[in-house]
Amino acid sequence: MTLAMRLLISGVRDVSRRRWLIAYVVFYLVTTDLLFRFGGSGGRAVLSLANVVLGLVPLVSVVFGTMYLYHAREFVQMMLAQPVGRRSLFVGLYGGLALPLAGAFLAGVGLPLAWHGGFADAAWPAAVLLGVGAALALIFTGLAFVIALAFQDRAAGLAVAILAWLGATALYDGIVLLAIVALRDYPLERPLLAAMLANPVDLARVLLLRQFDLGALAGYTGAAFERFFGTASGTLWSMAAIAIWSAAPFAAGLRLFSRKDF
Amino acid sequence: MSSAIVSLPQDASALEVIGLVKRFGRTPVLQGVDAIARRGRVTALVGPNAAGKSTLLKCILGLVRPDAGRILLNGVPVSTDPAYRAAIGYMPQRAPFPDHLTGDEVLALLRGVRGEHAPIDFELIDRFGLGTEMRKRIHVLSGGTRQKLNAVVTYLFRPSLVILDEPSAGLDPIANRMLKQKVQDAARAGVTHIITSHVLSELEELADDVLFLTDGRVRFSGSLDALREFTGERRLERAVGCLMEGVAS
Repeated sequence: MTLAMRLLISGVRDVSRRRWLIAYVVFYLVTTDLLFRFGGSGGRAVLSLANVVLGLVPLVSVVFGTMYLYHAREFVQMMLAQPVGRRSLFVGLYGGLALPLAGAFLAGVGLPLAWHGGFADAAWPAAVLLGVGAALALIFTGLAFVIALAFQDRAAGLAVAILAWLGATALYDGIVLLAIVALRDYPLERPLLAAMLANPVDLARVLLLRQFDLGALAGYTGAAFERFFGTASGTLWSMAAIAIWSAAPFAAGLRLFSRKDF
Repeated sequence: MSSAIVSLPQDASALEVIGLVKRFGRTPVLQGVDAIARRGRVTALVGPNAAGKSTLLKCILGLVRPDAGRILLNGVPVSTDPAYRAAIGYMPQRAPFPDHLTGDEVLALLRGVRGEHAPIDFELIDRFGLGTEMRKRIHVLSGGTRQKLNAVVTYLFRPSLVILDEPSAGLDPIANRMLKQKVQDAARAGVTHIITSHVLSELEELADDVLFLTDGRVRFSGSLDALREFTGERRLERAVGCLMEGVAS
């Protein structure tokens, strides 16, 4: 077994025993179950879930990710005093947290989806929801690690983490809208598309809502996206962008980790 | 008193630091540190707060990358390849283990990292009587027990160089006694030690050599006896005070 894999496994073991992770799974189980019981058909339940997922997965991943790495500082120092390479340790740390977080989401949402027949009613939207949620967990855990490595001070790091979440989930679309109003005399489609690709939450929202033909709910950037790409290639494009996003914060974190003085 | 450096002969050096320089941003932390830890001897690393002691140790461990200078471990320059750290045992100030693993799982992880054939020393587990505690998760252990585990890990792989950073913090007097005994036994067996502590009376018991650092520079390096002679003080605490006053004036 490789070094990184050993570290990853013990990270998964450590994280999956934590109470908050269990509470996190239970929250998804209960929410998903209730939405199916009271929210009507499979498609509508998945749509309601999408709104919970787009906010909660990034929040939990970025906040717990930041705290986790600050808390692990001494562990990192101890492991780096062993004959362990920085790359292996980073892969182990990241995987040890990101995989339980993504797994908690997949189990907490996927199990009720399965027992309520969500995959039969709305198979593709349900699959996209699970895929996008897991990707957001990976992305925001990576972002959390970047923040915790860039800011020495825990309080500052936590504040930046919460701001990053707020920016990506709430402020971003508002700022884009403001820019559109201010620059309404110019052709804006391409900059708008760039703006959407630059925010993984926006991207995830568009990708999800497209499954329901609800482009109108996808915000201004979503509408522009719809016009530009049409249906089939749009889905492919956004999936490719999500895939790149899943790797980018990890790569940035690894770079910082390799150079940092601990 | 001058800030002259008393140098040791270099023949038996297990660790040699040459012209080490490190800045954090604009702040110089190490300004050309030359130091030696001799094989089988206990070197006390002393100095006021912010003297650069931790940074020096972190450079040796590869946690901090120096801007200039060299570190030789057993005559071989330390590189970015982490393999050299197999020879080092490090006891940080605070026990650094993941809360939700057991002591046994921590040891299993470390043994996995070191490989099957790494030599093992379980003596401290027995000395500290940690048997049943090893099966409990770290977060239910007392601070003292965690610190004992910290000491166990330090000596686990029979290192040739041991770095102890404030080792007595959190240990009860009996455990502290046992750890000191371990230091002395290991040193007799040829293990080189570098110890920092604010409890100078404790260092005095263990130290053969003293390295005094202030403002990122070595102000004294030599045996404890040489320091006594140099300062005219019997007790380490007074001798170090004397060095600090010498630097201030």
